[in-house]
Amino acid sequence: MASLDSISSTGSANGVKARPGVLSRLVRNKSALIGGSIVLIFVLMAVLAPVLLLADPFKSNFLAIRKPPSELYWFGTDELGRDQVTRLFFGARASLLAGIVSVLIAVAIGLPFGLLAGWYGGWVDIAISRVTEALLACPFLILAIAFAAVLGPSLTNAMIAIGLSAVPIFIRLIRGQVMNVKAEDFVEGARAVGARDLRLMFRHVLPNTLSPIVVQSTLFMAQAIILEAALSFLGLGQQPPAPSWGQMLNVAKNFMEQAPWMSVAPGVCIFLAVLGFNLLGDGLRDALDPKEN
Amino acid sequence: MATLILRRILIAIPTLFLVSLFVFALQRALPGDPFLVIAGEERDPEVIARLREIYRMDDPIFVQFFAWLGQVVQGDFGRSLRTGEPVLGLILQKLPVTIQLATASILIAISIGIPIGILAARRKGTLVDYSASAVALSGLSIPNFWFGIMLILLVSVHLKWLPASGYESIFVHPWEAIKRLIMPAFVLGNGLAAFLMRHTRSAMLEVLRSDYVRTARAKGLDEDTVVHRHALRNALVPIITLTTLLFGELLAGAVLTEQVFTIPGFGKLIVDAVFNRDYGVVQGVVLCTAIGFILMNLIADILYVLVNPRLRTG
Amino acid sequence: MKLLKVAISAAALALATIPALAQAPSTLRIGVQEDPDMLDPHKARTFVGRIVFMGLCDRLLDITPELKLVPRLATEWGFSTDGLTLTMKLRSDAKFHDGESFNAEAAKANLERAMTLPDSLRKSELASVDKVEAPDATTLVLKLKRPDATLLAQLTDRAGMMLSPKSLSGDVTAKPICSGPYKFVERVQNDRIVLDKFKEHWEADKYSFDRIIYRSIPDTTVRLANLRSGELDILERMAPTDVKSAQGDKSLKVMSVANLGYQGITVNTNNGEAAKQPIGLDKRIRQALSLSIDRKVLNDAVFDGLYEPMLQPFNPGNPYLSADFPVPPRDVAKAKALMKAAGTEKISVELFVTNNPVQAQVGQVIQAMAQEAGIDVQIRSTEFASQLRDQQQGKFQLSLIGWSGRIDPDGNIHAFVTTKGNQNDGKYSNPQVDKELDEARTIYEPAARKKHYDAAQKILQDELPIIYLYNDKRYFALRANMQGFVINPDGMIRLAGLKRS
Repeated sequence: MASLDSISSTGSANGVKARPGVLSRLVRNKSALIGGSIVLIFVLMAVLAPVLLLADPFKSNFLAIRKPPSELYWFGTDELGRDQVTRLFFGARASLLAGIVSVLIAVAIGLPFGLLAGWYGGWVDIAISRVTEALLACPFLILAIAFAAVLGPSLTNAMIAIGLSAVPIFIRLIRGQVMNVKAEDFVEGARAVGARDLRLMFRHVLPNTLSPIVVQSTLFMAQAIILEAALSFLGLGQQPPAPSWGQMLNVAKNFMEQAPWMSVAPGVCIFLAVLGFNLLGDGLRDALDPKEN
Repeated sequence: MATLILRRILIAIPTLFLVSLFVFALQRALPGDPFLVIAGEERDPEVIARLREIYRMDDPIFVQFFAWLGQVVQGDFGRSLRTGEPVLGLILQKLPVTIQLATASILIAISIGIPIGILAARRKGTLVDYSASAVALSGLSIPNFWFGIMLILLVSVHLKWLPASGYESIFVHPWEAIKRLIMPAFVLGNGLAAFLMRHTRSAMLEVLRSDYVRTARAKGLDEDTVVHRHALRNALVPIITLTTLLFGELLAGAVLTEQVFTIPGFGKLIVDAVFNRDYGVVQGVVLCTAIGFILMNLIADILYVLVNPRLRTG
Repeated sequence: MKLLKVAISAAALALATIPALAQAPSTLRIGVQEDPDMLDPHKARTFVGRIVFMGLCDRLLDITPELKLVPRLATEWGFSTDGLTLTMKLRSDAKFHDGESFNAEAAKANLERAMTLPDSLRKSELASVDKVEAPDATTLVLKLKRPDATLLAQLTDRAGMMLSPKSLSGDVTAKPICSGPYKFVERVQNDRIVLDKFKEHWEADKYSFDRIIYRSIPDTTVRLANLRSGELDILERMAPTDVKSAQGDKSLKVMSVANLGYQGITVNTNNGEAAKQPIGLDKRIRQALSLSIDRKVLNDAVFDGLYEPMLQPFNPGNPYLSADFPVPPRDVAKAKALMKAAGTEKISVELFVTNNPVQAQVGQVIQAMAQEAGIDVQIRSTEFASQLRDQQQGKFQLSLIGWSGRIDPDGNIHAFVTTKGNQNDGKYSNPQVDKELDEARTIYEPAARKKHYDAAQKILQDELPIIYLYNDKRYFALRANMQGFVINPDGMIRLAGLKRS
């Protein structure tokens, strides 16, 4: 949901150059502040997981299988008697990693093709746009399932699948931005005085497309976390014994009645992380787009 | 208008061709041999070889692709490897199931999202506005499948109010159908509702700021009349267009929702087909979805032109 | 706000109290775990398909819960003294759903179809049959290439099911016409299969329901929730972890029986490059792995202690079990000693598991236990289709996989460990094992036959091409008002005598 929401809104952001005051506007923006804090907490969870004195996330205890939350196990234990709190911390690593890597993949492929299509137009644009359209016409999740199935179930492959399936969105976004910028006076002017294509692209066009890319990437992080969870839920993401929130849910759904705590905690984590990125993305959009103020 | 439609249809052909080729190649790259599964637990190598021959699996991939394409053009989508049923029949059997779910979800989304969006816009900056935004954002952030599981846990397992799964046609057993639709439609609809709410709010805000609304107010019309007669109608235009574009999202959402609530629809069909390496079914389903997607885009464009007469000449 | 709350709860109450749409009283709704495949007994492969065929198609023979053969379409049968001719007497009062009479000609046509159809999956089951003859309407003669002790068992299942000869040329899968107590009405893939009572069946008075609906609900929790809410009357394969809560529910009853199959780890001992590593090459390391696994704790941890730890390919209570191989206690010290004897202290090995939560859980328990003996198990989970393929191509070291089981002992062992066996994915090969198991096939007398299985097992238990782990009991849950359900180790739901009180 987040991705669609953002496409239509960032589309109108018009790629105005980030100017001084963005940071202060960002800090004053409540949603960015809250979202940023939530994201920061999860990042800390993920980074510090191995450092904190937590129980071993792989250590099973066959005498403490599916124990409800208690003083010893705050969020209870799972189907192999492992501590859920630890698993949630280590699960954060998988989810955030999935978000970051898939965004990087999507941008790394989307940016050059988007630039090419937007800058050169003509048959280059037509060819790239047709392929993009074809990719968009295959439903997002189905594409990701097919990719994950082709590559074999693993976290890495799920990240690749999610990244690849977001490529068309980024191509479209960047292409639109480039076309807008290209039509602006200063680019026309630079062209008129004989500036080279490559130089123009890097000096003028690229910087102007950055802020919508940043906004879109933040919002797509939210989407990617949900997708990773969904793929893991279908058995195509993180593989046991390594934890991820989606994979924890996949197991937990078999114990809904006997051990409901197993499905509550990972779901709440996914929800909060996604909410954090959505808030941050919204905040960034407002801060980077002076029209709103 | 006619030229617009014609042009779009012509553009759609290469897109559909690309989609089909893409999925075809992707599927042949899938690890796992469907015939190993189909050949049964005994896995007689002779049977497997015979099956590969029957389904022409050893031909070069392009020969296979064009053979498939040739059949599709004649309206033959082949048969399911797993059950031997015709693919087209399967699709026609599953389509109404998902359409029923999607329609119910959209109805829920519209009836929640639009009124709240209007309310939030009219009370911009108040507590009402903020809480509506907070709820909407939560709706966008909650993972569908988890929400579904939580609902089953609470409503079916714990309270025993509604059945946990299944499907009935609304035209055959309306009451049973509604009981089975409430939860999945709500799960699928809540994200859409949040989406619609946000867009209704911003569209309304824009319209309320516009000159003619100001004129209407200046003429001394009361606020309700202004909102309902003038503002709403204009704000709804982009929202209607947007709703048709939600098709893809809705379908992706349906894949997971159907999985969680075991609804025998389109989404479940495709997931099962991918897992069973049921090539013909995946191929047929993706083609149909792509056609649906393009059709929805076309409808959105037409609606847009119809409600914006200025664009008609352009 | 309060009013709204009241209204909501009132509405919910109304939803709950209005009885589940008045089902006709004589409809039986059965919840099954998967969607069956082709509804053609000669092409079908799934377990759940066999459950549906129990209503749809009659077989030549049937088995009792004690695995004794009993008459069905065949009333009497016997082998010639040389063991090369099987003669069967057939019923004369059986009819197909299209009104045609069942006779020896029809049986011959079916068996021949099963033996010759290009995509028939029954060929290997009937491999010993040379030709089929029908000297008169009620006599069926099977001429064999070699004595075959497994043949009668095959005829109790899909190989012995009869389709109307007239329907054989048409699209059988779309509308199977058999001679069973219920006839085909409709199928909605991934949802349901509906059968109606066939009033002219020779035993029609034993079947009290007018309509049977098989609903496929893969999720065990959801399937049980449906039984609880009264949407189903019977369900098969309840998860063992759900058993306790189902037993606590007064509106339900739970029944169970040991499954005919087994669950274990297949080792790649001889198939390609992947076999050339310590666990494939050295039986002592395989023995160490087996000893490091506490099968009882595995069972307690994953299956609430409800399954049965096993060391042999036969189910608990099976007459072919060898008394020499009870489940040993875990012995990490001995496992370590074996490792040392094999010249190593620590090895790393990859274990394939199917990517579903239960298999993953079993894999992780094994991982934790083997660790202590110095065996570092890396779990690799893949979808079933990929697992099978990699296994067959020899791209595996260890694979966690089971077998649904056959009535005849041969079906649980021969194809898995003999040199040319179709299912011998580790390409294990031992001429002595081949000889014992080939011979066991040809002996009709159980006690003499068992000697050969015992001899084979003695070698297999030492060399361990397959490390057996446990037997998965089959659990059925029924509404408390269901009567007359006869549970059978083959896991089928036989409809005769079933009624609602």
